[in-house]
Amino acid sequence: MDTVVLLAITGLGLAALYFLVASGLSLIFGLMGVLNFAHGAFLTIGAYGTWWASDHLPGAGSTGWGFVSAVAFGVAVGTLVAALIELALIRPLYERHIEQVLVTVGLSLALVALVRAVWGADPHPFPRPEWTQRTTSVLGANVPNDRFLLIGSALVVLVAVLAFLRFTRFGLIIRAGVENRAMVTALGIDVRKAFTLVFAIGGAFAALAGALGGIYLGSISPGQGTSLLIFAFIVVVIGGMSSITGAAVAAVLVGLVQQFANYYAASGVGDLSVVLLLAVVLLTRPSGLTARVA
Amino acid sequence: MRTGGLNGTALRRLLPLVVFVVLAVLPYSTLQLPGLFDGVLNSPGTLQLLALCLIFGGVALSYDLLFGFTGLLSFGHALYFAAGTYVANLALTELGWGLAPALALTTVVGIVLPLLVGGVALRVSGIAFSMVTLATAQVGSIIVLQDPGGLTGGEEGLALDRDQVPDAFVGVLNTVNVYWLAVAYLVLVYAVVSWVTGSRAGRVWQAIRENERRVEVLGLQPYGFKLLVFVLAGLLAALGGVVHLLLLGGSTPRTTTADFTLGLLVMVVLGGAGSRWGAVLGGVLYTYLDSRLTDLANSPAVQDLPAWLRIPLSEPLFLLGTLFILVVFFVPGGIAGLVCRLRERRAGRRSGDGGPTPGRVVEQLRDQVGAGMGGGQPRDGV
Repeated sequence: MDTVVLLAITGLGLAALYFLVASGLSLIFGLMGVLNFAHGAFLTIGAYGTWWASDHLPGAGSTGWGFVSAVAFGVAVGTLVAALIELALIRPLYERHIEQVLVTVGLSLALVALVRAVWGADPHPFPRPEWTQRTTSVLGANVPNDRFLLIGSALVVLVAVLAFLRFTRFGLIIRAGVENRAMVTALGIDVRKAFTLVFAIGGAFAALAGALGGIYLGSISPGQGTSLLIFAFIVVVIGGMSSITGAAVAAVLVGLVQQFANYYAASGVGDLSVVLLLAVVLLTRPSGLTARVA
Repeated sequence: MRTGGLNGTALRRLLPLVVFVVLAVLPYSTLQLPGLFDGVLNSPGTLQLLALCLIFGGVALSYDLLFGFTGLLSFGHALYFAAGTYVANLALTELGWGLAPALALTTVVGIVLPLLVGGVALRVSGIAFSMVTLATAQVGSIIVLQDPGGLTGGEEGLALDRDQVPDAFVGVLNTVNVYWLAVAYLVLVYAVVSWVTGSRAGRVWQAIRENERRVEVLGLQPYGFKLLVFVLAGLLAALGGVVHLLLLGGSTPRTTTADFTLGLLVMVVLGGAGSRWGAVLGGVLYTYLDSRLTDLANSPAVQDLPAWLRIPLSEPLFLLGTLFILVVFFVPGGIAGLVCRLRERRAGRRSGDGGPTPGRVVEQLRDQVGAGMGGGQPRDGV
């Protein structure tokens, strides 16, 4: 029983990480039709930003509020980089989707290489606040606290995004843009502002995922973002490409399947069953679990 | 003017032959090209680099068959290349087979594997197709890294047992033979691609790239044609994997990663998608730059630079990624597109008579990427 609880909560923690990356991806894809390969680089930037701030930024540290401000710094850097990339590199290629995807491919190679050039290819130990290193007993299982941090953050993000999309004017524009961008433009609304916003939001979530992933894994390395990105892509496709709730459901499914299969079958089988899940979903429901808009 | 044009065409026909002859006799030259290569042209180190460039020219061309000629954006081409090197390696090293049976086994795997993957992946189109190919390639990568039964060597890679390889391909002095093998591989790929893209199937592939719906309306099944090109491209990549194995004397898990496929995509776009010589040139250039920039990063000239210059220069992938973005922005159509535009300008006529300009495929694919799932825009009225 305690093993099952531990696996379930760890799986949900992993799902939270996938969701944070996938939510930004699906917002960007839904609105702009761009599959953002640079998203893994945003994650790496967020993780390295947090790690750098905890050592160098005055007021930031590896415990308590100091760590919170370090994470805030990492998220701010990720948001800024994402917004700048949208403005400088994606916007000039408006409506040219393949070229936009190609630019993000180039960025994913160049940004990760730049991080590797500055801080080296070896993993760095990540600052972990003391609370996250302890465990909490749930139904007899000793669950590390960082799992709860991941799940809590993802839930906050999920509720915040849904509320933002539902109750604000920008959210309305984004929802309308996902459904019919040409119509929104015809109504005299500049959708491109929403593009920058969506990119910035996606960058912020990915950077947060980078910082939380650093706590979860205990160390950071330049290639981490890319390997997480592939599973985030799978989550986005299973979830129906442009749906936030779909991404959340798919993330939970993928996280749990991966954890349980990796434990009960053999290490590596979980990753394979996720791919199998993708194939099954695509062949039975070609537009993903939920084809509806968030 | 007219005869001039004819001469130009004849010259263009002859050019691949001239390049082939130059490549074939190149190992007899002791020319020193300072700056371009470290040693004389026929030194083993230079031949090794040249052979690597030629192999990736061929693999990039096989990827161009999918991406440039048919408009299939696969993110899993690495799987077939890696299958080629690992299957051949296992047959030689573990099973102790000779080179010929190992090559036969690799050919079978190189046909069956893309047939299975393509059979499933091609049921969906657009981004979903890209994702299924990406995910299946990831399976290959995971299996190789998991090292099942100690077969694949995990992260270490798998060294080739050279006892089973013919002596002509073993040893530093015989690098020249492997070089000729690489030339032969590139010629094979180029000939096959030239032949099939000019054939009836090749025209259907290009029609699928332009407008798949119209192909259906004409009464043809795009699925079968797409599966054919997927299998052919996979087989050509797998054979490239075998030559790569003989050249490097082992298989490395780096050839299984998604980054490897992204590298192929960069090569093809750099050279010009939809152009045969463009893709080859892109593959050769990318491989050469990757190798030379690594050497440059370790050279004293760069090591003595101030940190803000030295750090970016020490990562070839940063420079190549930046170059790639610049090409996408300022040289649409890559090198082939650039050459084509220059030629048109000199001939003083506009394009539009002979179909799409080679290398402008990327722009034509623009609308198709969203067409697979969800956010598809209405196609033209057919």
